[in-house]
Amino acid sequence: MSDTQTPKAALPAMTHTVGMPRHQKIIFILLLAVLIALPFMVYPVFAMKVLCFALFACAFNLLLGFGGLLSFGHAAYFGMASYVCAHAAKVWGLTPELAILLGTATAAVLGLVIGSLAIRRQGIYFAMVTLAFAQMVYFFALQAQFTGGEDGIQSVPRRDLFGMFPMRDDLTFYFVVLAITFGGILFIYRITHSPFGQVLKSIRENEPRAISLGYHVNRYKLMVFVLSATFAGLAGATKAQVFHLASLTDVHWTMSGEVVLMTLLGGMGTVLGPIVGAVVVVTMQNYLAYLGAWVTVIQGCIFVVGVLLFREGIIGVLSRILKRPL
Amino acid sequence: MFELLGIPPQVLMGQLLIGLINGSFYAVLSLGLAVIFGLLNIINFTHGAQYMMGAFVAWMLLNYVGIGYWPALILAPVVVGAIGIALERVMISRLYKLDHLYGLLLTFGLALIIQGLFRNYYGVSGLPYAIPPALQGGQNLGFMFLPNYRGWVIVASVIVCFGTWFMIEKTRLGAYLRAATENPELVGAFGINVPRMITLTYGFGVGLAAFAGVLAAPIYSVNPNMGADLIIVVFAVVVIGGMGSIMGAILTGFGLGIIEGLTRVFYPEGSAVVIFVIMAIVLMIKPEGLFGNTA
Repeated sequence: MSDTQTPKAALPAMTHTVGMPRHQKIIFILLLAVLIALPFMVYPVFAMKVLCFALFACAFNLLLGFGGLLSFGHAAYFGMASYVCAHAAKVWGLTPELAILLGTATAAVLGLVIGSLAIRRQGIYFAMVTLAFAQMVYFFALQAQFTGGEDGIQSVPRRDLFGMFPMRDDLTFYFVVLAITFGGILFIYRITHSPFGQVLKSIRENEPRAISLGYHVNRYKLMVFVLSATFAGLAGATKAQVFHLASLTDVHWTMSGEVVLMTLLGGMGTVLGPIVGAVVVVTMQNYLAYLGAWVTVIQGCIFVVGVLLFREGIIGVLSRILKRPL
Repeated sequence: MFELLGIPPQVLMGQLLIGLINGSFYAVLSLGLAVIFGLLNIINFTHGAQYMMGAFVAWMLLNYVGIGYWPALILAPVVVGAIGIALERVMISRLYKLDHLYGLLLTFGLALIIQGLFRNYYGVSGLPYAIPPALQGGQNLGFMFLPNYRGWVIVASVIVCFGTWFMIEKTRLGAYLRAATENPELVGAFGINVPRMITLTYGFGVGLAAFAGVLAAPIYSVNPNMGADLIIVVFAVVVIGGMGSIMGAILTGFGLGIIEGLTRVFYPEGSAVVIFVIMAIVLMIKPEGLFGNTA
């Protein structure tokens, strides 16, 4: 058998993987420029919150938009990483980069454990299994000693980066957060536009065919699950350093719902959609916070309208009008 | 009196009773989910909110109209079921041709709306609902004290569960339903109005959730969040049992309630997570669920 008939070569031509299309390069450069200017226009902590959630939504989109797997329990990785990072910084006195790394690693391990069980079921069951395990993590966070139960871990110190650079100033720390999240988002872009990402798409579109082409479908699913959990953890751990806080909100199922909402609203399977979705949802929560429980009602309405009329999301619609993948 | 592993029998029996009551709710709710899933192929995320609505409708009937517990036991499921039918007609029915995940997302959104609305108007502190006079007091069984109302909850759930099982497995209507689950086109070709059957099935499943809500009202306080956390546990119950079988859903519900109660006696810290741990074990050993036939 000649080389061209091996499974990998049988996939469609991968012109998109050679490099980023020009319009996407321009968008990313513009985005970076906006993000550099952002903390001078809005409150830096708010800007950092947006960045953390943008990374969280991109990580979630990696799983749903490219892997076709709907996890309803991504708060588990986000929240657990947040707790571990906060604990490491407060009790063990680690510097921010080490604390964030430790939190992220925790999310990766948790993703490996939960993912290897969850991929045994498909579709709706997959969503229910991930939700149920995330609830288990929530109960763990509620009862465990180090998480501080209802109080969470408060006044987490933000030590000097690498033990050298003071980070107490929010504006300084913003640029660290920008580097982490923007780097993370570019990395996710690289994953989705790699041969690995192409295989994922083929599994999403037609799983039996991917199996018949000789791919170990479950191995790919588990890999993308762990990657997604890892980046969700990176976002959560960074958030703990931003707010000096890790709390039960971050592991609760409402957080899992929010990240689904961001991705659905922005556009599943698009590059920019989750970022736009995160910006909209976080801004809405921020400015409508005085409405109390009405925010939940509004979020529910966005879900309903989004699913019934607007399944492509904001970026999905834009991308169709402009005839370019965004 | 005898003692088991150093646990006084009153404690053991008391926790077993609580487990059995939780199991009743798991059974009725997972039964409703299974009935809906069988025909509509969606997971009804609104189920927890509809359970909460059942309790609230009973509370409203009592406080605004003066209608007591017994009529509410019938009326509340009818009202909530009717609202469910409207939702199915207007929204859910538009999604049948799409990926099932959209049904999950839609019903999740509906649950957020309903819970948010009730939180706005009734707060989160919970409203009391008195046990009906006929069921106050309790029986001394010699080895434990059984409050009448709790006994009634178990009896009522068992009756409803087996009634549903009988209707689906043993009657002509149930035969249509099972046939439509297998092949809706073919059943439609025999002149049966399948879309209407789907709508009524959804209404029935929702009514079951509301019935559980009315049963729960005197035990737990009537609270907008009462269904939110419960439904996640019920999802785990459904994953463990598999949704292929009605009897499977009932037995898994009661069984897991009892196991949870026993865990509370022997290892209290684990009682909140024991069902999820069992889910993990079932996923490792028999991923399609104990009574499941599809992956």
